[in-house]
Amino acid sequence: MDKDFYKILPPRKGVSFDFKEMWDYRELLYFFIWKDIKVRYKQTAVGALWAVIQPFFTMIVFSLFFGILAKIPSDGLPYPLFYYSALLPWTFFANALIHTTNTMVENQRLITKVYFPRIFLPLSSVLSGLLDFFVASSILLLMMVFYGIVPHWQILYFPLFVLLTIVTALGVGLWFSALNALYRDFRYTVTFIVQFWMFASPVAYPSSMVPAKWQWLYGLNPMAGIIDGFRWAVLGKGNPPGITFLVSFTIILILLGGGLIFFRKMETEIADRV
Amino acid sequence: MCEKVLKINNLGKKYFIGERVSYTALRDVLVSKLKAPFKKAASREKNFIWALRDVTFDVNDGDILGIIGRNGAGKSTLLKILSRITRPTTGSAEIRGRVGSLLEVGTGFHPELTGRENIYLNGAILGMHRTEINRKFDEIVAFSEIEKFIDTPVKFYSSGMYVRLAFSVAAHLEPEILLVDEVLAVGDAGFQKKCLGRMSEVSREGRTILFVSHNMHAVRKLCSRAIFLENGGIEAAGEPGTVINNYLSRVKDAQLSQVWEDMAAAPGNDAIRMHKVQIQLTEDEAEQLTVWTSFKIEFYFWNLEPGLKLNLSMRLYNFENILLFNSTSVFESHWHGKPFKKGLYKSTCYVPGKLLNDGMYYIDLLFIKDTTTRVCHFDNLLTFEIGEEEASRPGKWYGKYVGVVRPFLQWETEYIADPAHETKNV
Ligand SMILES: Nc1ncnc2c1ncn2[C@@H]1O[C@H](COP(=O)(O)OP(=O)(O)OP(=O)(O)O)[C@@H](O)[C@H]1O
Ligand SMILES: [Mg+2]
Repeated sequence: MDKDFYKILPPRKGVSFDFKEMWDYRELLYFFIWKDIKVRYKQTAVGALWAVIQPFFTMIVFSLFFGILAKIPSDGLPYPLFYYSALLPWTFFANALIHTTNTMVENQRLITKVYFPRIFLPLSSVLSGLLDFFVASSILLLMMVFYGIVPHWQILYFPLFVLLTIVTALGVGLWFSALNALYRDFRYTVTFIVQFWMFASPVAYPSSMVPAKWQWLYGLNPMAGIIDGFRWAVLGKGNPPGITFLVSFTIILILLGGGLIFFRKMETEIADRV
Repeated sequence: MCEKVLKINNLGKKYFIGERVSYTALRDVLVSKLKAPFKKAASREKNFIWALRDVTFDVNDGDILGIIGRNGAGKSTLLKILSRITRPTTGSAEIRGRVGSLLEVGTGFHPELTGRENIYLNGAILGMHRTEINRKFDEIVAFSEIEKFIDTPVKFYSSGMYVRLAFSVAAHLEPEILLVDEVLAVGDAGFQKKCLGRMSEVSREGRTILFVSHNMHAVRKLCSRAIFLENGGIEAAGEPGTVINNYLSRVKDAQLSQVWEDMAAAPGNDAIRMHKVQIQLTEDEAEQLTVWTSFKIEFYFWNLEPGLKLNLSMRLYNFENILLFNSTSVFESHWHGKPFKKGLYKSTCYVPGKLLNDGMYYIDLLFIKDTTTRVCHFDNLLTFEIGEEEASRPGKWYGKYVGVVRPFLQWETEYIADPAHETKNV
């Protein structure tokens, strides 16, 4: 019984992060992720298949319309492979945003009744999408075998780009989830933002279509650098990370840092408000 | 034994009101910005209330502290700060040991998950480690008495089973400091008994409990100390009997009516806000509320959610906490079954005279939608006293009438026959 006193104080001006506490609560993060996955897989009859259906059918539609009909260049790659390799990170990112936006509101009963590090809600929403991501990745592997594409040494960068996708999704997700808790009609704009964002990213076209002098501007969209890098790492074609990537990377760090601060500032207010 | 486990110093909490009435729509913010781009966002700085102010007290290890006070006095706010759900505006609280509460019974249960899965999830949410849950798992299941259904999704549970399982998890948390807020308001009598039982167990183990309740009987029985909160401040503290008497005498002053002028600060939620409750005598000659007088209870409330098909459900308790009856407005003829527009309403419940015994009573009020779903509930909305009626006591006996009610029943005695015929004719 020689425990220390824990001190509860009014929120202070600055922003601080209690990493020790998050570490103490780490099992809860695991349980949140576990719950998300379990519930999602229980609710859909097709379960894991759903993870594949979404990117796979989009890939077919894109190949037909953008590829075969509109003849948009694909850096010399077979259309299905070209689209699928981008849809993989994109689907993860888009789903993560949509889930994360709602998480604070969906869990408001929890937030007003129990204390835990609030950041676990958006964090677990993002991370629980990883299972779907890996299931969908296996299809990419099968497609590569089918088209006889052997990965180059760049494949070693694959984990890095997965990590960057997670970080970007979290960075944006933190903003969105806090905004949605403050302004609850925010989520209606998210569907629109996500759609718009996809066409601003090299999913349906190669980023080489963007003129070289605008590449840095294009990089302001962090998903541009990531998706480019993804294709490059997996398929060995397309642009190796360059100016676009550097700009994207900087933006990702800014988004995450800003998101963390904004979320942290808002989380106190959210418990009083929801 | 007399070590301090909780030190609360000048604790204060300011709430901006209006915030809870309806959330802000981004659309509205943008529109107002477009209309007047240089005007600062409507200043809410003026609209606040101190839900808690300058609260200072200590709690010793093993104390059972009762916290009493009227609706909106700040009791729940105090517990919310101590459980770290919200942060104070001023002051500090220092806590030693794990804080657990019976206030979040069942939060975080997911209907799609099985009982077993929910035990783990809920346990983790309440702050238990997996090894700890493993260790206590069998005990939790046994306590909840739902062994057979442990691998069934809880959406198939009856509400009784659901509450039992949820309570069982919360009860096995074994915190050093247990916070209990109005548990007596939820669940049935059996559940209440279980809660109280668990509380006395915890207290026998020497742990500390903070117990918020409107049930004076329970506070008197269980608590070693009590504080009385009024308008966010401590009005009295000390030995439970004295504090309760202080509270009751204060409540008595305000009896027969309670008014909340400011809608934003009135008790309620996004759908319903109370405005006023009052008791009025219905007979002109009557001057006092006694066992013989009939009276009416008027509930004035704001409905903020258009389209609700509301009915009221009132529960009358005496001070031994016995529920006398539950009466609902479903046979009311003007509004029942119709969608309520936004606005202020008055519902009146008529209580006949010559029914209740003398003594103190309090009422709980529930707002129900579609005759099935609870929209809002108010515990101990009004406390009142029914006095003795001299005329009701002819004769020479002046003791207390026993019994929960004192209905004025009709009696008839007849002369049948003289003793000689006694057995033949009956
Ligand atoms: N999130 C919030 N935003 C604004 N005001 C709030 C909020 N929560 C509570 N209040 C206000 O703070 C005051 C204290 O509320 P609190 O819930 O602590 O009262 P209480 O003593 O628990 O009452 P009751 O007996 O009805 O449970 C009330 O006036 C209430 O309307
Ligand atoms: Mg309360």
